[in-house]
Amino acid sequence: MGAPAMSKTITIDGKNVPFSDGQTIMDAALAAGVYIPHLCHNPQFEPHGSCKLCVVSVNGRNMTSCTMPAAEDMVVANNTPELNSDRKALVQMLFVEGNHICPACEASGNCQLQAAAYYLDMLSPHYTHFYQPRAVDASHPEIFLDLNRCILCELCVRASREVDGKNVFGISGRGIGTRLVVNAASGRLGDTNFAATDKAAHVCPTGAILIKRQGYRIPIGQRTFDHKNISEVQMEPDHE
Amino acid sequence: MTFNLETAAHPENLKRIVIEPVTRVEGHGKVTLLLDEDNRVHQARFHIVEFRGFEKFVQGRPFWEVPVLVQRLCGICPVSHNLAACKAMDMIIGATVPAAADKLRRLMHMGQILQSHALHFFHLSAPDLLFGFDAAVGKRNIAGLAAAYPDIARQGVALRRYGQEVIRLTSGKRVHGTGVISGGMNKNLSRDECDYLLKEIEQVIAWSQAAVELIKAIYRERPDFHNSFGSYRSSFMSLVRADGALDLYHGGLRARDEHGQTIFDHVDYTHYWDYIHEEVKSWSYMKFPFIRARGREQGWYRVGPLARINNCDFIPTQRAEAERKIFKEFGGGSATQATLAYHWARMIEMLHAAEAIQELLHDPDLQSDDLVSSGERQLRGVGVIEAPRGTLIHHYRINEDEQIVRANLIVATTHNNQAMNEAVRQVALQYLDGQQITEGLLNHIEVAIRAFDPCLSCATHALGKMPLEVELLDAAGTLIQRLIKDSDGRHRT
Repeated sequence: MGAPAMSKTITIDGKNVPFSDGQTIMDAALAAGVYIPHLCHNPQFEPHGSCKLCVVSVNGRNMTSCTMPAAEDMVVANNTPELNSDRKALVQMLFVEGNHICPACEASGNCQLQAAAYYLDMLSPHYTHFYQPRAVDASHPEIFLDLNRCILCELCVRASREVDGKNVFGISGRGIGTRLVVNAASGRLGDTNFAATDKAAHVCPTGAILIKRQGYRIPIGQRTFDHKNISEVQMEPDHE
Repeated sequence: MTFNLETAAHPENLKRIVIEPVTRVEGHGKVTLLLDEDNRVHQARFHIVEFRGFEKFVQGRPFWEVPVLVQRLCGICPVSHNLAACKAMDMIIGATVPAAADKLRRLMHMGQILQSHALHFFHLSAPDLLFGFDAAVGKRNIAGLAAAYPDIARQGVALRRYGQEVIRLTSGKRVHGTGVISGGMNKNLSRDECDYLLKEIEQVIAWSQAAVELIKAIYRERPDFHNSFGSYRSSFMSLVRADGALDLYHGGLRARDEHGQTIFDHVDYTHYWDYIHEEVKSWSYMKFPFIRARGREQGWYRVGPLARINNCDFIPTQRAEAERKIFKEFGGGSATQATLAYHWARMIEMLHAAEAIQELLHDPDLQSDDLVSSGERQLRGVGVIEAPRGTLIHHYRINEDEQIVRANLIVATTHNNQAMNEAVRQVALQYLDGQQITEGLLNHIEVAIRAFDPCLSCATHALGKMPLEVELLDAAGTLIQRLIKDSDGRHRT
């Protein structure tokens, strides 16, 4: 048996994109070199569909492309002014809901949220900042957890559960009270078996989970997004 | 001294004149004067009225983030805050910074001194010094300077640009870079980058020398005026190298009194609180530091270029040292006390920075990859540096989780708080006492403050544009005169 033939296609912005059964629109798009903006999606983990940045119009209906299986003859609109405007608004809402102080953040230049904002031509947060008090947890000897920067993408939750087999993280609360929690009686990261070598310690798209004492080690000019935008980086074959 | 003018005995029936905001001060400051019916000065104060809160909101942040965070205190001298904080963090991680990283930091710092001093002299002070303190407002600004003295204005811009290039190549950005990290640096400087900077350095040194000649000529033209304007005697404090040399990056604290006698010398700055205390006064958000051994009344002092040039035994670069000797000779062999002598001392330092940059750029250590070290963790760190405006102290305490639990920052402008107030009082007595208010008079007060170059990140775009309103009330509180300077520089009553 060889690889399944990819005779079926969808169109994305008028371009024929082949897919095989089981692939999502996002899978097919990335494989064909078509970029759909995304933050909570990472091909290594089960799709989540929470950030909504990857919403595309499928035969006139909006769907999250990371969770929607591709089906023959789907007509997908992706890179349109309307959808990109919605995406920008979503990113702006993430910025005002959390406390993202890019100028002093050690993730600056390596941050997918910041890179998505640049990609979507976000020039200001537009909305009023919430300035919510968010906790930091420095109790772990090797890892710093800063919920000011958490966008609830659950990549760390999925990585800890699916790859590390530890279930260190979870999501608790509802609505504006939704937050990342740590699976320990004390609620402190230092009281878990989380390790700096865990997959979950390296999947955060922002600067919410940081390896301690490593900040700013990469000079400006050599950071992930210094010379490439997020579409170029996320389309690279070895991108995580 | 004029301490009796700090607080009037009976302010209730006095007229209050407010200069708010004082122009070309980083952030917001104001001057208040209380006068009697004959316009005799009874009280004069320089207030810093804003509250930044950095000491509070760095609490809880991881220590390695803080040097990048606190450099946002300022857009003109962020390198100084960045370096002072990183020196404190070096201490916290027990690092002995490798020689190459030490030299790269020094290079960055010299770029900072060069651009900051050039900004202050050419953009902010030269219009006062070249046109006169009460010259027409329309002329007394950088645009007027560019029209009347295009070469000087161009040199000012070019010197700033060069300093910013040094900062860019060492820190990654012209403003608010991230090259300095706890324990060292995150990048070295390639030979090509050094050669790029070396191409212009001879010109930069020549322009810096010309700036020294310019201020020297201005000063010597009317020595009595320049020596007496807002002048008084005071102590001086600065860092000096172990051999007594001028060292803007590292050293021990030296303080000398108004007669040049040593108060303390080669003090380990990590225990600065044994030598300096801070007093709080009800009328200003800025504290008043004083030298403990001399008490609250006598212990105030000046920092910055004048303090450094007066305090050091020599400058370790040739041209600047020659100029220091001329400066010292002019002052009669001891500390030159004049407020306006700050400008002269500042230009000598700019020349030193240019020479030091040239020397460092030839050092092969800059290409080394040995850039970071660490050692045994401590819970307390103190970093002190000579920022362009004077001695800058950063003091942090962390918890076992490596979060900041306490921060104390004493910046140059704070050290100079009492001294700037004294200068304001002196000028008020010399020029305002018994006089009618004019715009030129207001500028005299600002000229005295400006000589200290108080931290002024918002200054250049506000040059000559910041609105100013002065009201003169009689003893009954009735408005008798109002003078308003609009943001377009026009005056109205």
